[in-house]
Amino acid sequence: MTEMSEIAPPSWPTRPPSATPPPVPTRVRIQGDTAADALAAGRRPSLPVESVFEVGDVSVFYGAKRALAGVSLRIPRSRITALIGPSGCGKSTFIRSLNRMNDSVPGFRLEGSVLYHGHDIYASKVDRVEVRRRIGMVFQKPNPFPKSIYDNVAWAPRNLGLRQGLDERVEQALRGAALWDEVKDRLKSSALGLSGGQQQRLCIARAIAIEPDVLLLDEPASALDPIATASIEELMHSLKGRFTIVIVTHNMQQAARVADGTAFFGLEAVDGEPTGTLIEYADTETIFGAPADPRTRDYVTGRFG
Amino acid sequence: MSEGPFDPAAPLRPTGNLRRRRVVSQVAEYGATAAAVLAVGVLAIVIYTVLARGAGAISFDFLVKGEPDGIGPMLVGTAEIVAIGTLIAAPIGVLIAIYLTEFGGGRLSGFVRLTLDLINGLPSIIIGLFVFGLLVNHHKQSAVAAAVALAIIMLPIVARGTQEVLALVPESMREASDALGVSRWRSVLTVILPSATGGILTATILAVARAAGETAPLILVDSVFDGKEVSLNPFEVVPNIPVKIFRLSEEANPEAITQAWGAGLVLLSFIMIAGLGARALLARSKARMAG
Amino acid sequence: MSTVARPIPQARPGRGSRGGDRRRSLDRFGDAALRAVCGGAAALAVLVLVVIGFQVVKGAGPAISQFGLGFVTDAEWQPNFEVFGAGTVLYGTLISSFFALLIGGPIAIAIGLYLSLLAPKGVRGVISPLVEMLAAIPSVILGFWGLVVLAPYAQKHFEPWLHDTLGFVPLFGEPQTTGSSVFTASLILTIMIVPIIASISRDLFLAVPRDVQDGASALGATRWEVIRGVVLPSTTSGVIAASLLGLGRALGEAIAVAQVIGAGSQISANLFKTGDTLAARIANQFPGAITEMHKASLFYLGAILLAIGLVSNLTAQWIGKRFDYRRAIAR
Repeated sequence: MTEMSEIAPPSWPTRPPSATPPPVPTRVRIQGDTAADALAAGRRPSLPVESVFEVGDVSVFYGAKRALAGVSLRIPRSRITALIGPSGCGKSTFIRSLNRMNDSVPGFRLEGSVLYHGHDIYASKVDRVEVRRRIGMVFQKPNPFPKSIYDNVAWAPRNLGLRQGLDERVEQALRGAALWDEVKDRLKSSALGLSGGQQQRLCIARAIAIEPDVLLLDEPASALDPIATASIEELMHSLKGRFTIVIVTHNMQQAARVADGTAFFGLEAVDGEPTGTLIEYADTETIFGAPADPRTRDYVTGRFG
Repeated sequence: MSEGPFDPAAPLRPTGNLRRRRVVSQVAEYGATAAAVLAVGVLAIVIYTVLARGAGAISFDFLVKGEPDGIGPMLVGTAEIVAIGTLIAAPIGVLIAIYLTEFGGGRLSGFVRLTLDLINGLPSIIIGLFVFGLLVNHHKQSAVAAAVALAIIMLPIVARGTQEVLALVPESMREASDALGVSRWRSVLTVILPSATGGILTATILAVARAAGETAPLILVDSVFDGKEVSLNPFEVVPNIPVKIFRLSEEANPEAITQAWGAGLVLLSFIMIAGLGARALLARSKARMAG
Repeated sequence: MSTVARPIPQARPGRGSRGGDRRRSLDRFGDAALRAVCGGAAALAVLVLVVIGFQVVKGAGPAISQFGLGFVTDAEWQPNFEVFGAGTVLYGTLISSFFALLIGGPIAIAIGLYLSLLAPKGVRGVISPLVEMLAAIPSVILGFWGLVVLAPYAQKHFEPWLHDTLGFVPLFGEPQTTGSSVFTASLILTIMIVPIIASISRDLFLAVPRDVQDGASALGATRWEVIRGVVLPSTTSGVIAASLLGLGRALGEAIAVAQVIGAGSQISANLFKTGDTLAARIANQFPGAITEMHKASLFYLGAILLAIGLVSNLTAQWIGKRFDYRRAIAR
């Protein structure tokens, strides 16, 4: 793991986003590689992109047990970044650490730094509620409030004082979640009467109604049937330009179809204990087409997990 | 890139109306904490008062002698009344619980459950009126009447507690018994009930703790006593603690007040210890059930 | 009807058919006997409830035929003149109980929120039992404490302060010479009902699923907003049912109220005056009641109390059954 810490020292200085990343060992590539590398690999060079998250050597502990070891990566703006890997490798733990949703888990401790637009979100003076306002989350199991559809979407904007044009805001959010046409005639009916896929899209509408900067999606389609899953995927494409999206998924095909960059998490022995860690992170074509790490190759070609 | 209502790159301090909402949330949290502190504070004050003012009255004589020096006969009397009440309420309560868990299901047991809840919520003075009309009117006051009143109060507590414990007995135990060809009544008496003894005991102790302090029914059916001597005849009036405290509390002289505190301390100590004992038993039998 | 307990003759080792037959009939008899005995106990409970109602109404018979339904509102209660009416005590009962619920309800809900959502687990394990211990204090001791400690304190400090600041409200009129008053009785009742409502509320709040609360937090809502937007709306029915149970307790409390309310016999808006309640009057006057009409009138008070108590309890049960987290609530 020492190579990791060379790339991302815990005290990551706040640098202007346009600076090029430092040279990296071959195991990990960070989004925004130089034009020469891209051309050598036969791809169009991608523009260096501003990063929203800079994760520096993050380890997560629940009590004495380490769930995640030494993860460092950068999440670029307005792109979709997928986190894939077998169960139990810390993907959920990682994504929940990005908006401090793990704080309520007893024994949670994070080492390393998570920088959001250069600010450490785990610093002492940081307002957790403000973090979550900017970084929204949709969970694996749809969790609509026991309220009407309208009130589900309007609840957070009301809290934030965004009462002007609430009706339009709700409509825009529902349209953005591809749910408007299905529910526009029954906005006052209970959200609990919707199907699973509709409820999940409602949760997405709820999250985007307050126009967050980032959308975190923790396996949003895993509790849904294939048709509902497909609708969620379509949604991802349309939301891509508007938000920075990080999505955890078990479904590799989904990641391949939807994501710009993909991070592969796996289990490594750290201090004798199998612990979740980041194995490889690159743009999606590379991960699925020509992965550098043999474990990545095994996973994406279906040899295990 | 939607230029949202905030600047995402700004430091992570409250934006928009968050500062105000933060304050509201903090105030709410402080309020809830204050309420809890208030409740514990009142408890502490009451217990402290009883302890401080009652301790002075406690002495060997106080606990053993009768009127006017002590409350000995009252202690014996309350013990007798509660014991008889338990003898009546506990078996019936357990039987009702068995009915609800083993033969239950259907509208009838819903009705029985409702009845138990209603009895539990009945004002105890009403139970006193009932027992008065049934047993005391045209007769006389007696310990048995008091015991019957207490038994009615204790019944729902024993029944509900036992029913909860019986419901915890895993279905697999009943199935295993049936598969072995053991009849229902044998399973209940030899397998299911014994595994629930801890819970039954707990429920009974809680019921006793509640009944020991009940004053209202006793005022009506077991209150005309002088408390000079121990009286054990259950068909006569028997001195008891709660009525004694009530009487003493209505007197103005300091002697009586001190005695009232003393008697109150004895009663409260018993109830607290019984409560703690029940809680410990409950924790132990829950652990055994789960383990 | 369960038929699970039929023994399976083939499953038992060979025993000689006559022994097996006897065993089988013994078992069938045993099962039937157990069922009968247990069913009998259950029926007994129902019988007891019915007979209680019957006895109370029967005892009130002479007064009912004498005074009719007007008794309920008549304010005259003069045992010496054989004139009885429930007006003053009914008023006292309702006023003291509702006041107790008004103060105690919000406090209890706040405690429930604290114990379920705000307190660290260790603290919860200590404070929860303490709050429940408050409910275990016998009413005669609490009433005695109220008489000797709370009433003088209230009379010296609370009542004058309330009268000075809120005296324009007729509720907070002139304090009397002793602290024995409807106000003090309400305070004691508050102490009694808070633990009941608080522990039920705590369990209700703990049952609200974590994932919905997480969903609300993830939208950038403060703790209070999560409580107000998700936890409280989904437990409203249950909390109301709990409050009604607390109210029932307050309505029926005889002893503690008798000790601190001062046995007054007027209807007054002023909380600081003495008063009386249905239950307290029965407790105070029944032992000394000599004439049949006096006793019957006290039974009549009991019947009214029984009716109010049952209505309150049944409403609580009904609301409690309708309570279902998954019910949609538009706001």
